[in-house]
Amino acid sequence: MSKKQIETWAPWVLLVVFILLWQVLCSVFAVSEFVFPSPARIWSQFWEFKGIIAGHAWRTFWVTMAGFGIAIVVGVLLGFVIGSSRLAYAAVYPLMTAFNALPKAAFVPILVVWFGIGVGPAILTAFLISFFPIMVNIATGLATLEPELEDVLRVLGAKRWDVLMKVGLPRSMPYFYGSLKVAITLAFVGTTVSEMTAANEGIGYLLISAGSAMQMGLAFAGLVVVGAMAMMMYELFSAIEKHTTGWAHRGSQNH
Amino acid sequence: MSAPQKAPMTAPAAPWFVDFQDVWLAYNDELLKQNHFAVEAIDLKVRKGEFIAIVGPSGCGKSTFMKLTTGLKMPSKGQILIDSAPVTGPLKISGMAFQAPSLLPWRTTVDNVLLPLEIVEPYRSNFKAKRKEYEERARKLLQKVGLGGYEDKFPWQLSGGMQQRASICRALIHEPKMLLLDEPFGALDAFTREELWCILRDLWTEQQFNVILVTHDLRESVFLADTVYVMSKSPGRFVVKREIDLPRPRDLEITYTKEFTDIVHELRGHIGAMRSSAPAASSAITQ
Repeated sequence: MSKKQIETWAPWVLLVVFILLWQVLCSVFAVSEFVFPSPARIWSQFWEFKGIIAGHAWRTFWVTMAGFGIAIVVGVLLGFVIGSSRLAYAAVYPLMTAFNALPKAAFVPILVVWFGIGVGPAILTAFLISFFPIMVNIATGLATLEPELEDVLRVLGAKRWDVLMKVGLPRSMPYFYGSLKVAITLAFVGTTVSEMTAANEGIGYLLISAGSAMQMGLAFAGLVVVGAMAMMMYELFSAIEKHTTGWAHRGSQNH
Repeated sequence: MSAPQKAPMTAPAAPWFVDFQDVWLAYNDELLKQNHFAVEAIDLKVRKGEFIAIVGPSGCGKSTFMKLTTGLKMPSKGQILIDSAPVTGPLKISGMAFQAPSLLPWRTTVDNVLLPLEIVEPYRSNFKAKRKEYEERARKLLQKVGLGGYEDKFPWQLSGGMQQRASICRALIHEPKMLLLDEPFGALDAFTREELWCILRDLWTEQQFNVILVTHDLRESVFLADTVYVMSKSPGRFVVKREIDLPRPRDLEITYTKEFTDIVHELRGHIGAMRSSAPAASSAITQ
């Protein structure tokens, strides 16, 4: 098997080893399924409730994507403004950092007051938690232009806008895709946290209700589903990144 | 300062292409108040099609001089005429190349060379319609500097010397009347550098644009230029003007002749004298 193939299979092998170890420990020490369920139990519960889980998972998925979509729009716009103007950078950046330091879970009760129980708080929490990395990365990409290149273009009569469109934006694309990979996982966290207290649907709600009914296997199955969805989206953006901004990853392509 | 509109009338019968009239530049108002200038009292007359080189220690204001010539900076005192017109803003008849090739990694070499045409008029307005024709022109230029076969490669697939050739092509694609080079060969090895000297010499011989070459390689300046100016550091002034009367066309062999090395030696002497007499207390403002 070539080195490359080993690399491809490594995560799967690790996963299988991990599950087996988990199962063995649970069986050997006879851990109660109500305290810490074994993989077999999680699987059987998952299969038993697959219809219900699928419904909640779909809800969590589209709510997350809605929040994430808003995060992309707002993050890109804000990042563009901050990255293209020094004044805006100086004015907005400190405030944004302070905002980012706030725990987003703390917003959920406030959002419930404003929007009621349901999709509103979940979408907004997903948005609030995930727009920051997108904004920062776009801004960084735009703000770190080589001064020589700017001179080359300015002497030709290039306006600030030309420089941004021809150089700044393409240059910040790798940063942008990199940030999407971080932001999508954060968005799932935001949705799930919000659903735990402010929704009657979604994986977050499922976790809470399964937990209170001592259905630990079902709760774990819910967690696994969120993890799987986040990983799927991560891989999707990873693939898009590789196809659109291969020039930024040339180190790994042996040219 | 004399009124700008009077200048062309007082100019000599054969007007200079580049004409600096007692030009001073301070980088900001504060430095101006303290009488701290990056470049001082520059009087410079360059004929049309002349190749000049500016040599001097690093931080002596060579790059500042380039910014003045292209109109990216306005002088604090004095005035600059290019092609008999006062410089009032970025000068689109010029092309620039620097030590770092700064090509865009997401564009192929030919697309990098085409970039200026997407920005500068009159090409900009008909770029879409005439793209084929312009691309043909870019490919021809690339072939001329020895990059035939590499036009559709990405810059990061080229060696440093090849990238620098492409960078020079980008500076020339819009057929500028003036080419400004800021230590363009500084990062290259000696053999590649000499190869590029010859390419630049041939391009200049063929197209007869003006060249202002900033360098600290004295052999480079003597081999390529018609006139070499030596600049001092703090204050940034032109202290020596040396006409290079070596016959053209010049071959690399000439760099091993006695006349050539004598001139290099003489220039080296000027710079050496400056370095030993100048106090070390110069600040970094000139950059």
